[in-house]
Amino acid sequence: MDTTERQLPMGGTPATKDPLVQFEQLTKHYRSGQAPVLADVSFSVYEGDFIGLIGPSGCGKSTMLKLISGLTPVTDGHLWIDGKDPLSARAELAVVFQEATLLPWLTVRQNVELPLRLKGKASSDRKETAQRLLDLVRLSHVEDNYPRQLSGGMKMRSSIARALSLSPKIMLLDEPFGALDEMTRDKLNEDLLQMREEEKWTAFFVTHSVAEAVFLSNRIAVFSSNPGRIAHWIDVDFPYPRQPLLRDSLEFHNKVCEVSQLLRGAHQP
Amino acid sequence: MNRLTHFVLPLAMAGFLLGLWYAALRWGWVNPVILPAPDAILSAIWENRVDMFQASGATFMAAFLGFSAAVLGGFLIAMILASHRWIKTSLHPLVLTIQMTPIIIITPIIGLWVEDALFRIITITFLISFFPVVANTTLGLVSTEKNLLDLFSVYGASKFQEIAFLRIPFALPYFLTGMKIAGTLAPIGAITGDFLLGTSRNPGLGFLLLTYLNSGQIPAMFGIAAVACLLGFFFVAVVHFLNFSLLHAWHDSREGVEQ
Repeated sequence: MDTTERQLPMGGTPATKDPLVQFEQLTKHYRSGQAPVLADVSFSVYEGDFIGLIGPSGCGKSTMLKLISGLTPVTDGHLWIDGKDPLSARAELAVVFQEATLLPWLTVRQNVELPLRLKGKASSDRKETAQRLLDLVRLSHVEDNYPRQLSGGMKMRSSIARALSLSPKIMLLDEPFGALDEMTRDKLNEDLLQMREEEKWTAFFVTHSVAEAVFLSNRIAVFSSNPGRIAHWIDVDFPYPRQPLLRDSLEFHNKVCEVSQLLRGAHQP
Repeated sequence: MNRLTHFVLPLAMAGFLLGLWYAALRWGWVNPVILPAPDAILSAIWENRVDMFQASGATFMAAFLGFSAAVLGGFLIAMILASHRWIKTSLHPLVLTIQMTPIIIITPIIGLWVEDALFRIITITFLISFFPVVANTTLGLVSTEKNLLDLFSVYGASKFQEIAFLRIPFALPYFLTGMKIAGTLAPIGAITGDFLLGTSRNPGLGFLLLTYLNSGQIPAMFGIAAVACLLGFFFVAVVHFLNFSLLHAWHDSREGVEQ
């Protein structure tokens, strides 16, 4: 088994150059006195990594994304993003939730432009960026429609386009395709990797599907719960760009089996 | 239910009730003095058409101004209530108290405090119709989806941006629901206010009703009921049109039509 534990040296000053995201003995409680959601988590993520986060419900995967995006504070330990604390690093990241979270009163184009508008970007810049991204996610033909007129997959593609509008260094995706049917999901996974060929953003991708994690990630973190921690790291060495046919290969199946076995182990305390 | 039955059923019902009405008068089941025949009511309206038209205009104006005050004022109060938990906790009982005090008891006090006749009626209309706007809008402002708030937070949106681009648009359907309810209450408020505090200088439907009552013109009193009902329908239709034009493009409530 090529499971590798990447442990950081304890303590010391934060590495400012090398890791893009660095967890240092991080513990997270939502309420003091309660059992921690994440306990003593340490690892580093490097630029261009695609990290798949997989594990039982309530193991802290989503909390990890919330910590990175600064939506909830770190209780103990440290979290460095590009050498900064999460709140200062917000400009460098974007989130995609399980629901598309589009504003229903804005058209698809206006939704994609929203982050740029909030940053006070000029209207011509916004137009140009939105046009490029809508082409990228193949939604130019519905740009003036409202979200309620779109299918689930189209909504998700709009949501991804919106997340990409600020050219983030880091994308946090919290089960973005969990509610979609398998065919749509597979197609969106391929789309996602293809989009990443242009701008090599670093990704954190929470999922419940082992096959999805294997197809997308170059490293998979298998979580265990009570308290939440990363039980295993698995490297997935298939080169990018990955082709849809990869899913039919023996190596892919072996990898899926490997992750599934570790996941089952993580389920049993 | 197809389109035809949709029209035929209410019409058939109306015809049946009218028939029953005439039958009751024809065979002496009720005294025609206390229940005039429909044609007597219509001719009373026709005879008093000038007074009734002017009174409807006055009532419509008062209702419209009071309604506007309720919608704007209700929105502002909701914004204040929703701005902080502490403010809501301290102010909400006061708003409830105003709402719970029967308007009939507040009215003489308004008479003491407010000099201008029109302004009195506007105040009463406001008091009777602002609460649904406050309650619904406040609910809308505080129930913004958590994910959307998180999204704005990650994009570093300012408090102002969060309110203007997220909380207020999100609360719009709630606000419009409150506005629709206020729209049904405003004509009632204007007529009640006029009934209790109106003057002969610019009489509305309430004051006119009082005049007919005092002079025993009972068919004309029923005429006022019919005119007030029409006025209410017209008023609510305007409000619903506003609601539809603001929502139909993006909102799911069956193309913005009444749920």
